[in-house]
Amino acid sequence: MKKLLVFASALAMSAAMAEAKTFVYCSEASPEGFDPAPYTAGGTFDASAHPVFNRLTEFKKGTTEVEPSLAESWDVSADGTEYTFHLRKGVKWQSNEKFTPTRDFNADDVIFSYERQGKADHPWHQYIPGITYEYYTSMAMPELIKSIDKIDDYTVKFTLNQPEAPFLANIAMPFASIISKEYADVLEAAGTKEDMNNLPIGTGPFKFVAYQKDAVIRYQKNPDYWGTAPIVDDLVFAITPDAAVRLQKLKAGECHLMPYPAPADIEAIKADPNLKLDEQAGLNVGYLAYNTTVAPFDNPAVRKALNMAINKQAIVDAVFQGAALPAKNPIPPTMWSYNDAIQDDPYDPEAAKKMLEEAGVAGLSMKIWAMPVQRPYMPNARRTAELMQEDLSKVGVNAEIVSYEWGEYLAKSMEPGRDGAVILGWTGDNGDPDNFLSVLLSCDSAGEGGANRAFWCNEDFSKLLKEAKTTADPATRTSLYEQAQVIFKDQAPWYTIAHSTQYVPMSNKVSGFVMSPLGDFTFDTVDIAE
Amino acid sequence: MVRFILSKLLYLVPTFLGITIIAFSFVRILPGDPVLLMAGERGVTPERHAELSAQLGYDKPVVMQYFDFLGRLMHGDFGNSLVTKKPVLTEFMALFPATVELGLCAIIIATLIGVPVGVLAAIKRGSWFDQISMTTALVGFSMPIFWWGLLLIIFFSGILGWTPVSGRISLLYFFPNVTGFMLIDSLLSGQKGAFTSALSHLILPSVVLATIPLAVIARQTRSAMLEVMGEDYVRTARAKGMPPSRVIGVHALRNAMIPVITTIGLQIGVLMAGAILTETIFSWPGIGKWMIDSIARRDYPVVQSGLLLIAALVMVVNLLVDLTYGLINPRIRNK
Amino acid sequence: MSDIAPTPVVRLSDAAIRRRMLAEFWFYFRQNRGAVAGLFVFILLVLIAVFAPLLAPHDPTMQYRDALLVPPAWQEGGRAAFPLGTDAVGRDMLSRLIYGAQYSLFIGIVVVAIALIGGVILGLLAGYFGGWVDTVIMRVMDVILAFPSLLLALVLVAVLGPGLTNAMIAIAIVYQPHFARLTRAAVMSEMKREYVTAARVAGAGNLRLMFKTILPNCLAPLIVQATLSFSSAVLDSAALGFLGMGAQPPAPEWGTMLAEAREFILRAWWVVTFPGLAILISVLAINLMGDGLRDALDPKLKRS
Repeated sequence: MKKLLVFASALAMSAAMAEAKTFVYCSEASPEGFDPAPYTAGGTFDASAHPVFNRLTEFKKGTTEVEPSLAESWDVSADGTEYTFHLRKGVKWQSNEKFTPTRDFNADDVIFSYERQGKADHPWHQYIPGITYEYYTSMAMPELIKSIDKIDDYTVKFTLNQPEAPFLANIAMPFASIISKEYADVLEAAGTKEDMNNLPIGTGPFKFVAYQKDAVIRYQKNPDYWGTAPIVDDLVFAITPDAAVRLQKLKAGECHLMPYPAPADIEAIKADPNLKLDEQAGLNVGYLAYNTTVAPFDNPAVRKALNMAINKQAIVDAVFQGAALPAKNPIPPTMWSYNDAIQDDPYDPEAAKKMLEEAGVAGLSMKIWAMPVQRPYMPNARRTAELMQEDLSKVGVNAEIVSYEWGEYLAKSMEPGRDGAVILGWTGDNGDPDNFLSVLLSCDSAGEGGANRAFWCNEDFSKLLKEAKTTADPATRTSLYEQAQVIFKDQAPWYTIAHSTQYVPMSNKVSGFVMSPLGDFTFDTVDIAE
Repeated sequence: MVRFILSKLLYLVPTFLGITIIAFSFVRILPGDPVLLMAGERGVTPERHAELSAQLGYDKPVVMQYFDFLGRLMHGDFGNSLVTKKPVLTEFMALFPATVELGLCAIIIATLIGVPVGVLAAIKRGSWFDQISMTTALVGFSMPIFWWGLLLIIFFSGILGWTPVSGRISLLYFFPNVTGFMLIDSLLSGQKGAFTSALSHLILPSVVLATIPLAVIARQTRSAMLEVMGEDYVRTARAKGMPPSRVIGVHALRNAMIPVITTIGLQIGVLMAGAILTETIFSWPGIGKWMIDSIARRDYPVVQSGLLLIAALVMVVNLLVDLTYGLINPRIRNK
Repeated sequence: MSDIAPTPVVRLSDAAIRRRMLAEFWFYFRQNRGAVAGLFVFILLVLIAVFAPLLAPHDPTMQYRDALLVPPAWQEGGRAAFPLGTDAVGRDMLSRLIYGAQYSLFIGIVVVAIALIGGVILGLLAGYFGGWVDTVIMRVMDVILAFPSLLLALVLVAVLGPGLTNAMIAIAIVYQPHFARLTRAAVMSEMKREYVTAARVAGAGNLRLMFKTILPNCLAPLIVQATLSFSSAVLDSAALGFLGMGAQPPAPEWGTMLAEAREFILRAWWVVTFPGLAILISVLAINLMGDGLRDALDPKLKRS
């Protein structure tokens, strides 16, 4: 029966194919699943949260500004702990062979979407064995949310345990996508709960049609979409993990747009008359974190000296192929509160040598940890480490490069007393500076389970962050974060490497694509010229 | 005959148990912690770590975990992927046809070219054809296929633009998955051009995958033919004045085929190894690439059960080859 | 490749026979022109590897920051200082290829040595003692052989951690069942012969019987298998390097160089082409040699 239905819809689709506009996106990775909440990979969200679902708030296209989405407006109590959301009316749920909605989106769906993540005893908490809600947990939602109450069908009140300035940005993130309670009930009755993750039903601009594992995902325009309807009729993700192959396909016209080109190919793409290239500074940072608890790296002067010994521009040229901005601050320049007044430490081996001598450091040997994988903020850590090694040898520092398997690397680099400086980086989740500074550099995150790999705990710095987090006024927050960056530069717990530029190559025929600073790929505004 | 088959099957049981132990223990001693990989750069608190480990069943003693594993296997439960949370068997079955299609196509190419070339080379032993074809075969046998694949992509897809770069079929075509084999499904769909599209996607990867088996088959055919042609009965037939084409066709070829068929059957291991590389290069959605990705992601259950399923598969095919061999050659059976 | 049937070579008794056998071997080997060419290339490879420091124009890890991805000298934009061009961080391709020969030969030798020693010992034990020793050893070998070699090596490397040493160990483990099987088969057929019985009657101990009396007479198939394994080891270690599980950068191992070069496939053909060509040529040379060796050592083929 199921096969027959698929067949019927396939026929319908192929019949419509002739005049329909199909947009093909050569995506990088297979989606882990289609329920956004249990997963953390950007590629999964591009295939689920962005085309199929909506959230209460969303990021305005091309920015990290929060705007209304399923919540049309909201009120915040004076103490900043109560958020009352007024929901949009007349939002239709999508349908598929198994499910035809009988009602519009309402408050029950909101409460269901949050509680199934937050409440361990919720019937949908473990609807697939082994499922976890990593983003919900790591954004500290369980500690933050005291209660969620339905005031009426179109009003929901969130009560928080303490004021949290980034809250509205947090709930714009993909994990907070709103799923249908009615669909859940239907699936539960049919005994096929796992279809929540296989056959998603949302309120978004595109309807999910079919997924062929590791190969193709197909979507159709959602005719009942509450917002501006997408221009293309069909959306196809052709899963192509290899960057060189993606580019080949783009050139061959097999797809219209691709993410993450290899830095080496940028020049060729620019030269190709059939392609165009969008670029934007990425919301990321790559860094080398010293262990600030171990001598001689506990001495800021030594760290500064090492920072001055390494040629940043050479790394940007050789590793990023020029596709990056040399970093001076821990947050990228596209982020609000970026302190542009700060001067980077100059590349000056002679001065560095002198500073090391003055600090009484001679014949220093150190380890540089190079991560084994490629990440958006660091295309080739090994190559970076090799360049650093060369530069350091010129100031008499003998560096040894070490590497571990990725999981081990992540774990070992957080072990207190770690020997060596670690290359790593971060990509922002929600565009809030707190998401960089608190996570990576505060005293709280310097311990077990944190991500402060410099083990750097500066009381003044952490105090500024705490203050900023509980302040609602953006101007005050900005000034607090700017001060924090001054302390960071002065104390130099990291050697800040670069903010890699994100490139999006696409066919000349494509128009209307907007790059997201958060690295999302959304296609509701794209068009293809014939 | 039945006893022969039974004894062969019985022989497989301990081997299979050995395979489960290897698959299980390898994966348990893999360094790297799946929980940490899930957390990424963010890190995870010790409490949360313990909680997640317990949820995944990694807090029990290893021996217990093994018996749990074996017990679930008996029920056909191969575990769930840590990444997609879906049953490993479901994922395996979804990707398996792609690999089979590629492998079958490769072995067909290898056989259709390899056997005639080998026969001809044997008949014209020492001729320029023999020398060239055998040298080419040796080059093929020595080929790093991951590099070969890249070269073919550069040339045929990049420079000439004749073949698509990757995938199984043009995205224009969309039809239901009946058999899982793109070539058959595309025909069944009745959509114009679908079959050609599927074929053009399949051609480069299967040529790459066929390279080494082709070389092996050609060489094996040649030496089997030479051996048979030196046998008394062939000489007798020839001496009796039988036409050479008949001698070769009826006597030599048929007898030479026995070791050749074995060789073809034994290529499955080679194919599986080759599939890992070929699928990686061509982004072919099959189990080879799936295994590589899963090893990189420390997706324990997938690596474990994937290893097991693949080894079991190789074992079964080898058994079939053995049985066929026993059927053709009664001497083996009665030993 | 299929197992080679045990082939008892004429028993050696004195130096004269040995010399004559060597001459006979060389006579047959020489007839195979391909084998001679293979031997020649192989010797060349060995020389290149040994004299790498003298031959290479540059240090293989030296980065010339002003010369990133320079094309080969004969192409436009090429420089005489870098005959085969440079890679993404400005290292001389030619020098890296030359040093890469060291890696490949080293890998081949180590893998074959480990697999040969391990396999021979296990095979001798199994064949000599028979019974449950035989059953257990051969079952374990069966289990190892049930996995596709590259897949097993991959998982082994994942277990041991990526790196050259571990890759070599993994490949050796995967290869040794072949040696064990060959040795066992040869031993079992040798055991029935009079000279073994004679030696046993004369009071030779187990060890002496195994290693001094029987082993030398099983050498021919082992030598052929060793050559084959040598070339497969070069190929498989390159494949592991290509998949990021073998030698780690900046080691100028050919497979690893290919993996690093993959992103430049459309832009810099030389970084992709040369390492692969180097792998192909060395593997081919060794295989040609192996063919010649088999023809010369295998009396069955000699007759036909």
